[in-house]
Amino acid sequence: MKSCLVVDDSRVIRMVARKILEELNFEVIEAEDGKVALDACNKSLPDAVLLDWNMPVMDGLEFLVALRQLPGNENVQVIFCTTENDLEHIQKAISAGANEYIMKPFDSEIIQSKFTQVGLL
Amino acid sequence: MKVEDFELLAKTVKERSGLVLSKDKAYLLETRLMPVARKHGLKGLDELSDQVRRRNETLIGDITEAMTTNESLFFRDNKPFDQFKAAVLPGLMKAREGQKRVRIWSAACSSGQEPYSLSMLIKEEGAKLTDWRFDIMATDISMEMINKAKAGIYTQFEVQRGLPITLLIKYFKQNGDKWILDSAIRSMVQFKPFNLLESLSGMGQFDIVFCRNVLIYFDQATKGKVLDGIANQLADDGVLYLGGAETVLGITDRFAPVPGYRGMYQKKGGTPAVVPAST
Repeated sequence: MKSCLVVDDSRVIRMVARKILEELNFEVIEAEDGKVALDACNKSLPDAVLLDWNMPVMDGLEFLVALRQLPGNENVQVIFCTTENDLEHIQKAISAGANEYIMKPFDSEIIQSKFTQVGLL
Repeated sequence: MKVEDFELLAKTVKERSGLVLSKDKAYLLETRLMPVARKHGLKGLDELSDQVRRRNETLIGDITEAMTTNESLFFRDNKPFDQFKAAVLPGLMKAREGQKRVRIWSAACSSGQEPYSLSMLIKEEGAKLTDWRFDIMATDISMEMINKAKAGIYTQFEVQRGLPITLLIKYFKQNGDKWILDSAIRSMVQFKPFNLLESLSGMGQFDIVFCRNVLIYFDQATKGKVLDGIANQLADDGVLYLGGAETVLGITDRFAPVPGYRGMYQKKGGTPAVVPAST
């Protein structure tokens, strides 16, 4: 079973994402900010990270930069999932090592499409 | 909805488009035709049916349009496009080395995602295809869909279904919540309205035909007629793509599956210009 770390400060978003991802057969781990997510990745790297941008303590981009320093990080598919829906943010995320990008609001079809594109489905 | 009205509307739509509406699709007629009734100042489907009986041609055209409008997505099902890149393009590049020209037909292009996916894929091949000419013809029965496709403007939702983010960045410009496809990609496709029930003989010859997720809406006789028409327009070494739920088996003997490539068909007796699948 593939694992996905869902990083979002909104409990509701985490819950919705968990439901969709569990239906797609992922084991889901949750984190409410980048710092908590990075601690989890230091212990064990997931197959995928579904990552919000704006969060307290450590935002999504800071987390991504730190994650991409960890050994073995190249096997982790990072999919941003954010309300930052402009081209500039998307380019910044891809340059920092994101593999895909979801512009909120999302639905199960978009999640499935993006996880297929990164080769996890 | 009255049974006789359903039967009349279903018969009219089938005559005009080939689309078969079984009784369990009555809800679809109601959902899609109520806005048409309102547009024509009619109170409901009773009045709309009366107008159809009086052969109100403008209304019948709008009804056909409303019933045949279907949404699509970029790189739908992925696999056919992967195969196009890995097996069909290299095969054709070898077979057409002399003329360096390839003709592709997207036979039910809806809002343009299929032909534009092909254009982007070809564009991504870059230097390999310099000097090559790709003519992509895209047709749909719905004028509304053709106009939307030509415009190349998509919503945030549409660009997130099937389109890799790297291609979005590369080939689209953002305008508010809309995404506009680059004119260089748009200009690779020629769009025109076309009803698959009409004769295909004026379409010219194609190397590849995409006719995906269309036949499922037709009855057996119409499927056979359309497939035979496509066979007449397809090069002997060309290939036909059908949707995952579609087949030629029991419908026509003009096509046979290309071994190892699901959804891809070759002309019977022909040798397709495709890199054989490794088994």
